[in-house]
Amino acid sequence: MTAEIGQFALVLALVLALAQAIVPLFGAWRGDGALMAIGRNAALLQAAFVAIAFAALAAAYLANDFSIALVAAHSNSAQPLIYRFGAVWGSHEGSMLLWVLILALYGGAVALFGGPLRDTLQARVLAVQGMIGAAFLGFLLFTSNPFTRLFPAPLDGAELNPVLQDPGLVFHPPILYLGYVGFSIAFSFAIAALIEGRVDAGWARWVRPWVLASWVFLTVGIAGGSLWAYYSLGWGGWWFWDPVENASFMPWLLGTALLHSSLVLERRGALISWTILLAILTFSLSLVGTFLVRSGILTSVHAFALDSRRGVYILAIIAAATGSALTLFAARARAMRTGALFAPLSREGGITLNNLFLLAATATVFLGTFYPVFVEAVHGEAISVGPPYYRQTFVPIFLPLLLLAGFGPMLNWKRDKARTLVRRLAAPLVLAGVALVVATLFAGLGRVLSVLGLSLGVWLIAAAAAVLARRWRIGHGSGTEVLRLARTTPLAVWGMVLAHAGLGVTTLGITAVSAWQTNKVLTLTAGQSTALAGKTVTLQSVHIVRGPNYEANQARFEVSGVGGARTLISERRFYPVSQTHTTQAAIGVGPLGNTYISIGDQDPTGALVVRLWRHPLVGWIWGGGLIMALGGALSLADRGLRRAAVKRTSVAAAQTVPVSA
Amino acid sequence: MRGALYLLPVLLFGLVIAAFAVGLDRDPAQLPSTLIGKPLPAFALPPVRPGEAGLKTADLRGQPRLLNAFASWCVACRVEHPVLLALKARGVPIEGLDWKDEAADGAKYLGDNGDPYGQVGNDRSGRAGIDLGVAGVPETFVIDGAGVVRYKQIGPISPDDWVRTIAPLMERLRAAS
Repeated sequence: MTAEIGQFALVLALVLALAQAIVPLFGAWRGDGALMAIGRNAALLQAAFVAIAFAALAAAYLANDFSIALVAAHSNSAQPLIYRFGAVWGSHEGSMLLWVLILALYGGAVALFGGPLRDTLQARVLAVQGMIGAAFLGFLLFTSNPFTRLFPAPLDGAELNPVLQDPGLVFHPPILYLGYVGFSIAFSFAIAALIEGRVDAGWARWVRPWVLASWVFLTVGIAGGSLWAYYSLGWGGWWFWDPVENASFMPWLLGTALLHSSLVLERRGALISWTILLAILTFSLSLVGTFLVRSGILTSVHAFALDSRRGVYILAIIAAATGSALTLFAARARAMRTGALFAPLSREGGITLNNLFLLAATATVFLGTFYPVFVEAVHGEAISVGPPYYRQTFVPIFLPLLLLAGFGPMLNWKRDKARTLVRRLAAPLVLAGVALVVATLFAGLGRVLSVLGLSLGVWLIAAAAAVLARRWRIGHGSGTEVLRLARTTPLAVWGMVLAHAGLGVTTLGITAVSAWQTNKVLTLTAGQSTALAGKTVTLQSVHIVRGPNYEANQARFEVSGVGGARTLISERRFYPVSQTHTTQAAIGVGPLGNTYISIGDQDPTGALVVRLWRHPLVGWIWGGGLIMALGGALSLADRGLRRAAVKRTSVAAAQTVPVSA
Repeated sequence: MRGALYLLPVLLFGLVIAAFAVGLDRDPAQLPSTLIGKPLPAFALPPVRPGEAGLKTADLRGQPRLLNAFASWCVACRVEHPVLLALKARGVPIEGLDWKDEAADGAKYLGDNGDPYGQVGNDRSGRAGIDLGVAGVPETFVIDGAGVVRYKQIGPISPDDWVRTIAPLMERLRAAS
């Protein structure tokens, strides 16, 4: 019964999405308020029906309903409850259902909270959301139906891939999707603006919260995915330039560019067509990411389903969505020129440069990702161009961007002077210089990249702090004035400072772990010790333990160093249902670095293969990511507060930028 | 002129989509390696495992064997690795080409994951890889007893590839030499 409810709900959602795609568009054209209102209701109902379908699938998983093919293939009665729930999106079909659910929820949110929007703009945004929704609901129903029945129903199911049986599965996909599906809103706003032929500061003010929210989720999603890979793959890698990682990283890079350019549009009314283009491209890259993962065009730890029919369908969606968007852009954007001028050395100029670097970085990742896909499409096998490619292309583009990111926030709008800019940043420049010298003395001349990375990390954090120091008039004003200024600093400023400083923290983490990690492999028997980066690691005991649906060889280690001793547990698990092994690494987490131990096979004499790593500052990589996301969230909160204030004083008149042909 | 600029994104996008579409239904057998049927190009590579001989063209003569290009940074190679180890256990001679990799990293990779290779050469610059037409890793060449390339596998060798394609070919080459 649940399967049929879910199936009908999906069909109804598709019909509603089609109505949402057509009716409000027509209503906006005719200026008919009633037709436009249908769009809002359709969006809310569509979200409700997709939610019902999702709930039906989740209920089937939780109830072990193996008469549904998808449940039988990805769940098992011995699987813990939490992973039976996580398994809902652990398969291709379920994961697409989650995708569609989040898309529909975003659409519903625009219908619900889009009150202050111009009616015609809201109607058109919802129509575009409806088109995307209809396309993906069609994809789900026609190529990847999650509710297909299996007859006769098996007594028990196969198992969810044991690698996925991890708390990461429960959090990572929803957060990641909240990020990159969220960019659909920016896309819809861009299309709506092109249809209307009208973009103004008000447009930027409305679209920016959605961009911010998506960016925050995507940042957390990517950082979380990287952390998950680090602790679960058993060899301490945290980023692999895997095509699926790139699929989320490209929208993040362009989304970051969009975040900045929309700020210029909001504040200064400049970069209009550029912002529109970025909005289109960012979501297009989200679609391309979906294509990469879902088409089965590549083999990867992340790809679940291999079916070229799906690939063709998604390719058609991309061609239609992005193709028509860019055509519309070519036709309309030219007319949306801007009157606001700025000098090359200005906040606007800095952000333009930031955008160009981010675009170039995205292009290198795009080429690196798709070159092997093309080779694979031609030869039918996966190959990888790997980190050497990215080291030579992405890193040289990103390093100057990090340097710029320190200068940007200190630049004045409109125009600035190089000499005073340098004077304002004197302290961070000196600090970064000292870091450069010290790191060179410490690491030697041969490690140019590591030295630069450390120096840039220090630079970013110091430059972000300098923004606050300048704002608070530290060294100029009295103590009470500094305190007053500190108290009244808007959340948006805190947000920007944290985001930039977080980037610095991540840079330090990446640099340290890339340059100074150490490791060793050896066999140990119980009671033996070995030294690792100033610590003593002792294998205390090895036992067989039983989990809910696995058996594990469990090794207990004692790691002792200056700070005392602690016990770490590493497991090698065997899942009998799917006959697979997984490794649970033992990780001793510390602020200055992690001790990472994973175990291999045990020989008949009891000697255990042990791999040990010391990863200096590795936690800073994700910590920095979280700080960046927190910055974005504060900025978003600031907008909410300010909007409430605007409402109170009711001066919400949107300033319109002159449109000249 | 400005109009042309605004058209650029949609034109570029058209190219990308065309490439995808071609890629999606291209016949996998259409682009054979240009090296097939020709002798191996000359190379002499330093060793990966310290203290051993490296790998040079002359080493790849005498009996049919596999030449496998891999790298420590390559995720797909880790997938392929158990297959190579199984082949080694069955006595299949495999030489390794550690492509665009530091020798120390390559040695660590073999230490961590097991070592299926007879001789391993380190192609740090990727120069030998260019001569061989290596586009990415893993790739595997089947070389006959006279040092002539007979087959090139792009991507990891699956047990299926081995049974269906490579094993019969090796059998024929062994019978011929």
